[in-house]
Amino acid sequence: MEIKSVPCRQSFTDTLVELGKQDKNIVAVTSDARGSVTLTKFANELPDQFVECGIAEQDAVGISAGLAACGKKVFVCGPACFYVARSLEQVKVDLAYSENPVKILGVSGGVAYGALGATHHSLHDIAALRTFPGMQVVLPCDARQTRKLVHQLVDYPHPVYVRVGRNAVPDVYENDNFTYEIGKSIQLQDGKDLTIIACGETVYHAYEAGKRLAAEGISTRVIDMHTLKPADTDAIIRAAKETRRIFTVEEHSMYGGLGGIVTETVCQSCPVPVKVLGIPDENAIHGKPLEIFHYYKLDAEGIYETAKEFIK
Amino acid sequence: MYKKIHFGRLFFHKIVMSTKKLHLRLIINNNSNRYHMNHQISIPELTLTCERIRKRLVEVVYKAKAGHIGGGLSSLNALTALYFRIMNVNPEDSKMESRDRFIMSKGHCVEALYSVLKARGFFPKELFDTYGEYLSPMAGHPTIEIPGVEFNTGALGHGLPIGVGCAIAAKMDKKDYRTFVLMGDGEQGEGSIYEAAMAGSFYKLDNLVAMIDRNGLQISDTTENVMALEPIRQRWEAFGWDVKEIDGNDMGAIVETIEGLDYQCGKPHLIVLRTTKGYNVSLMENILKWHHGVPNAEEFEKAIAEISNRIVELEKNC
Repeated sequence: MEIKSVPCRQSFTDTLVELGKQDKNIVAVTSDARGSVTLTKFANELPDQFVECGIAEQDAVGISAGLAACGKKVFVCGPACFYVARSLEQVKVDLAYSENPVKILGVSGGVAYGALGATHHSLHDIAALRTFPGMQVVLPCDARQTRKLVHQLVDYPHPVYVRVGRNAVPDVYENDNFTYEIGKSIQLQDGKDLTIIACGETVYHAYEAGKRLAAEGISTRVIDMHTLKPADTDAIIRAAKETRRIFTVEEHSMYGGLGGIVTETVCQSCPVPVKVLGIPDENAIHGKPLEIFHYYKLDAEGIYETAKEFIK
Repeated sequence: MYKKIHFGRLFFHKIVMSTKKLHLRLIINNNSNRYHMNHQISIPELTLTCERIRKRLVEVVYKAKAGHIGGGLSSLNALTALYFRIMNVNPEDSKMESRDRFIMSKGHCVEALYSVLKARGFFPKELFDTYGEYLSPMAGHPTIEIPGVEFNTGALGHGLPIGVGCAIAAKMDKKDYRTFVLMGDGEQGEGSIYEAAMAGSFYKLDNLVAMIDRNGLQISDTTENVMALEPIRQRWEAFGWDVKEIDGNDMGAIVETIEGLDYQCGKPHLIVLRTTKGYNVSLMENILKWHHGVPNAEEFEKAIAEISNRIVELEKNC
């Protein structure tokens, strides 16, 4: 696993600093998380566009709603685990229901906090947030994609929840020559025997597994479903029709996330066998993020093995 | 045959409902009205206006057979003072950039807010008449679909953080609009309020005015029996707020206090409005069941007669 880029959270905030210098209406809000988010540079270089709320996520989301309603382009940033649990009602009412286009950056999402345990894991966020009318959910997979995402978010007219991890991850995209659009999935590899759909940090592992399967003659399509809402249902249905099997991989509870989206879609449009791989209904084990990925077969090796089993 | 009829009914139902929805939208969009920017209305005129709105409020709850009448009646003086005298608002342009912002944090008292917004000319009677009806945008909590409503509220403890955000935005942009937030006293149990209380003083938001409708009752019992709130003044002063405690039933006191605030003092303002739940409807005053009670025909007639008599008296002074 070769890592050349910065962590996605830093790619996000570096881009935000650049854009914030050109647009004084861009405001970053946080809850004593400028270190974890990597917002220190933003706070130092753009102090008039920075709002510190202290350890108070409910207040941070409410304040963000007020700022957005008064014309600010707000990015409220902090650990994913707190913004999608402690302040969930503010996200539901003040952002989604009130149609305030605030962008939530949830950092260290999924199991990125590793051994800090279940208090700090956020494995329910896709399932919870996608049920709020008007709320969008995006999990970018690498630093380049995150950068392109931030450019689109600034004037995006809906509230969006973005989840990224903590550590630097390998590049899925080797250069900037790819088109990125919220709501439009990216096919990394084509195939006709099986489709693997992944999101966020599992995309890299799914892609590696897909390459290995293809090398062994199992024609595998790999899709980066970076936007979970609005999900690219056309791509899902096309995959169902053309490859007849879909395997979903996510750093999320196996309930209600990417697997849920894909099964809901294919069951109603083109029923085909679907294998859902995520975290089972238990508090995730403690360990380093990659150790947790390995334990739950979310790494390239595990995905490869599960895929082989699935297509038997 | 059954299937056909059933489908036909559904289809008809859909047509009726979409027409109704469209009709409501047209009402909202074509809202021309005869009111202008706030003018300097006198205290007696303001009191008379408030009593006329009070009558409407009782009628609305009676007609809809639902609502939070007790807290609506206790809030009404403050709401009337804000919309008819204190705040810079424009019913003809409810999104006017320089407007003062108002957040109804105690969203369950929506009938009082809507009665005031209607009287001020934000929307026509035809829309207000649909309150509580199937598919009407006028539901039991404020929504931004209604002209003049800034935020969807109803879940308690949300208004003050939002108000802090509005006030920070005004400071960032060096604009002089003010933000007003009306909270309930039972609502003071919500922890998010105190997160915002800290932020309000930390950011020196002297352009923010929070109000507590301190009527002393919440749904189960008195506030002091459910979860004691006193001493409110000292608590908020300790948070760094400029606190005023006034008779919230006294129109003159409300106007004088809010107009007299020092909006450059470097502190956010809290007005504790000492009010009476069910105010100015004798049979409802200070009685727990009127938190969300609905008057029967006899109670309704009695309440309307009492307010009508008061209106006649007040008209003599205007």
